[in-house]
Amino acid sequence: MDKTQFLLWVSLLLFSIGLLGLIVRRNLLVMLMCMELMLNGVNLSLVTFAQRGGSVEGAVMVFLIFIVAAAEIAIAIPIVLLLVQHRRTLDAGAYTDLKG
Amino acid sequence: MSSATSQLLGLIVLLPLVGFLFNGVLATRLGGQRLNETVVNFVACALPALSFVLTVVCFMQLEGGGQPLLEATYTWATIGGQSFGIGFYFDRLSAVMTLVVTGVGTLIHVYSTGYMHGDESHPRYFAYLNLFLFFMLLLVLGRSLLVMFVGWEGVGLASYLLIGFWFDDPVKAAAGKKAFVTNRIGDAGFLLGMFLLWGAFGTLDMTAINAGFMGSTPPAVSASLVGILLFVGACGKSAQIPLHVWLPDAMAGPTPVSALIHAATMVTAGIYLVARMSGVYMHAPEASQLIAAVGVATAFFAATIAVVQYDIKKVLAYSTVSQLGLMFVALGVGAYAVAIFHVVTHAFFKACLFLGSGSVIHALGGEQDIRKMGGLARRIPITFVTFAIATAAIAGIPPLAGFFSKDEILWFAYASEHGGATWLWALASIASLLTSFYMFRLLWLTFFGASRMDKEVEHHVHESPLSMTGVLMVLALLSAVGGFIPVAHYLEPMLPLPPVPEALHHHERTLIALAVVFAFTGLAGAWYFFSGTAARAAGVRTRLAGVHRWLTNKYYIDELYEEALGRPLGWLSKRVFLQLGDRTMFDGTLHLLAATARRGAVAFAAMQTGSLHRYALYVVVGVLAAVLWSLRHG
Repeated sequence: MDKTQFLLWVSLLLFSIGLLGLIVRRNLLVMLMCMELMLNGVNLSLVTFAQRGGSVEGAVMVFLIFIVAAAEIAIAIPIVLLLVQHRRTLDAGAYTDLKG
Repeated sequence: MSSATSQLLGLIVLLPLVGFLFNGVLATRLGGQRLNETVVNFVACALPALSFVLTVVCFMQLEGGGQPLLEATYTWATIGGQSFGIGFYFDRLSAVMTLVVTGVGTLIHVYSTGYMHGDESHPRYFAYLNLFLFFMLLLVLGRSLLVMFVGWEGVGLASYLLIGFWFDDPVKAAAGKKAFVTNRIGDAGFLLGMFLLWGAFGTLDMTAINAGFMGSTPPAVSASLVGILLFVGACGKSAQIPLHVWLPDAMAGPTPVSALIHAATMVTAGIYLVARMSGVYMHAPEASQLIAAVGVATAFFAATIAVVQYDIKKVLAYSTVSQLGLMFVALGVGAYAVAIFHVVTHAFFKACLFLGSGSVIHALGGEQDIRKMGGLARRIPITFVTFAIATAAIAGIPPLAGFFSKDEILWFAYASEHGGATWLWALASIASLLTSFYMFRLLWLTFFGASRMDKEVEHHVHESPLSMTGVLMVLALLSAVGGFIPVAHYLEPMLPLPPVPEALHHHERTLIALAVVFAFTGLAGAWYFFSGTAARAAGVRTRLAGVHRWLTNKYYIDELYEEALGRPLGWLSKRVFLQLGDRTMFDGTLHLLAATARRGAVAFAAMQTGSLHRYALYVVVGVLAAVLWSLRHG
C-alpha cells in the first residue's frame, strides 16, 4: 500500500467517523466537532491529490478552507451558546422548531 | 347639400355637461360639499337656460339663412380608413326638439329647486339632471346615428340614475334596474339596425342614409328590416308594447324627473328617431304598418289601464304611454310632422300635469294615492287651475293644445294614403275618449268632492313656492295656446304630410266634431261616475269585478314576463351558469388544483421533522445518490 492510498484511507476514515458521529450523537458541541472531522477528512484527501499531482494550488486551497472553517465555527459556537442559554440543554432533540 | 356652419351647437350641448361636472364634483361628497344650495341651484338652472338662449340664437340663424346649421367638431375614431366624427346638425326638426328639450328642461330645473329643496342629495340630483340634458341634446343634435346612439344610451343611464335616485329604497332601485334592462333590449335592435345601415352605406350620417333610400338606385338593404330594427329601439325608449313595462315603474323617481325624462323629452326620443329616419320608413310600408298597429294597441291598452289606477303618478304614466302610442300611430301613417307636433304639445301639458301632481304630492307631504285626496281645489288654487287647464288640453277640449295635435293624428290615422284605416281611427278615438275620461277622473278625485285626507295631512296642506307655481303657470299657458304653434306646417318642407284621397276630404269636419264630442263625453262620464262620493263608480267596479281585476293588474303583463322570461332566465342563470359553470367548472378546477397543492404540501411537511440528525441523513442519501448518478452518467 503506497503513501497516497494510505492517506486516502485515513481521509475516508476521518470523514466516516465524522459522519457517523454527526448522525448518532445528540450533543450539539460533539456534532460540531464531528463536522470538523468530516471537513478535515476531505481536506486531507485534497492535499493528497495535490501532492500526487505535484501542484501547490491544492495546499493553498486547504489553507483557505481552514480560514473559512474557522470563521464558520466562530459563528456556530456563539449560536450554540445562545441556544443553550435559551433552553438550558445541549441536546439537539430539543430544537425541533423547524418541524413542518 | 348646402348648409351653414355654426360654432354654437357644440356649446349648446356642452353647457349642461359643465353644470354636471361643476355640481357633480364640487357640491357632492366627492369634492367635499363646498357649495351651498343657492350656488348649486343657480348653476344648475343657469346653464340649461343659457343653452336655451343659444338654441334660440341658432333658430334665428336657421330662419335667417334657411340652411341647416352644421358643426363637425371632433374626429372620434379612425378605424381602417373610416373615420367616425362627432358632428352636430341643426335643421328644422332638431330645432323644434332642441327648443322643447332646453325650454321645458330649463323650466323643470327651476321647478326642481323648489321641489328638491332640503333633500340631502340635492346637488347629486341637479348633477344628474344636467347630465341628462347633455345626453338628450347630444341625441337630438347628433348628425350621425352613432352620436345619436351615444346620447340614446346616455339618457338611458341618466334615467336609470334618476329613477333610482332614492336608492336606499329597494323598490325604487329595482324600478331603475327594470327601466335600464328593458331599454337594453330595445337598444340591441337599434344597434342591429345601425350595423345593417353601416354595411349598406358605409356611413351613419342620417341625411346621407335618408338620401340613399330616396335615390334612384335601391340600396343594398331592406328598408323594412332596418325600419323594424330601429323601431325596436324606439319601442324600448318610448315605452311601446311589448317594452312598455318600465315606464309606469319609473315613477319611483322624483316627480320633476318623471316630468322631464318620462313625459316631455326622453320618451319622445323614439318618435324623434323614426321621424329623423323618415326616409327609411317612407320606403318601408311593412315597418310603418307595424308601427301604426303597435302604436294604436299601446294607446288603447295603456288608456284602459289608466282608468283604474289610484296612484296619481301612475295614471299620468299610463297616460304618457298611451299618448306616445298615438304619436306612433301618426308616424305609422306617414304623418311625421304631426307626430312631432304632438310631441311638442304633449311636452307642454304632460310636463304641466306631472309638475302639478308633484305640487299636490308636495302639498300632501308625499301622499300619492288619489283615494286619500279630494277637495284640494280651494286649498291649492294655482296648482288646481294649471292642472285643470293641462287636463283639458290632454283631453282634447278645444281650443287647447292637445285638441289640435290629437285631432290631426286622428285625421291622418283615418285618411292617410300611407296606411290610414277606419279601424286605426276608431281605436285611437276610443283611446282618446278614455284619455279624457281618466284624466277628468283624476281631476275629480284629486281636487273636487269631499276631502278624504288624513287629519294630520290635511292640516299641513299648503300651496307650493313660487319657483314651482310659476313654472306651472308658464306651462299651463303653453298648454293652452301651444296648439296655435304651427309645428306641423313649419316641418312640412322636410317632413311632408302624407297625401289624402280627395274623396275623404269632406269627412274632416265630421271627424273634428266627433273628436270634440268624445272629449266632452269623457268629461261627462268622469263627472257622472266620480262626482260626489263616486258611488256610481263603486257600483260599476263591483259589477265588473273581473275586468277591474285585469285592469288593476295591468293585464298581468309583468307576471307574464316573469313567468315566460324571468323564471327561465333565472333558472338558466342559477342552474347552468352559476351552479354548473361557475361553481362546478371554474371553482371546481381551481379547488382541485389547490387541494392537490395542499396534499403535496402535507406529504412534504412530514419530512420536516425538525430533527437535525434526520436532515444530515437526508443530505448523506442525497450526496450518495448524486455521486452514484454522476458515476453512471459521467
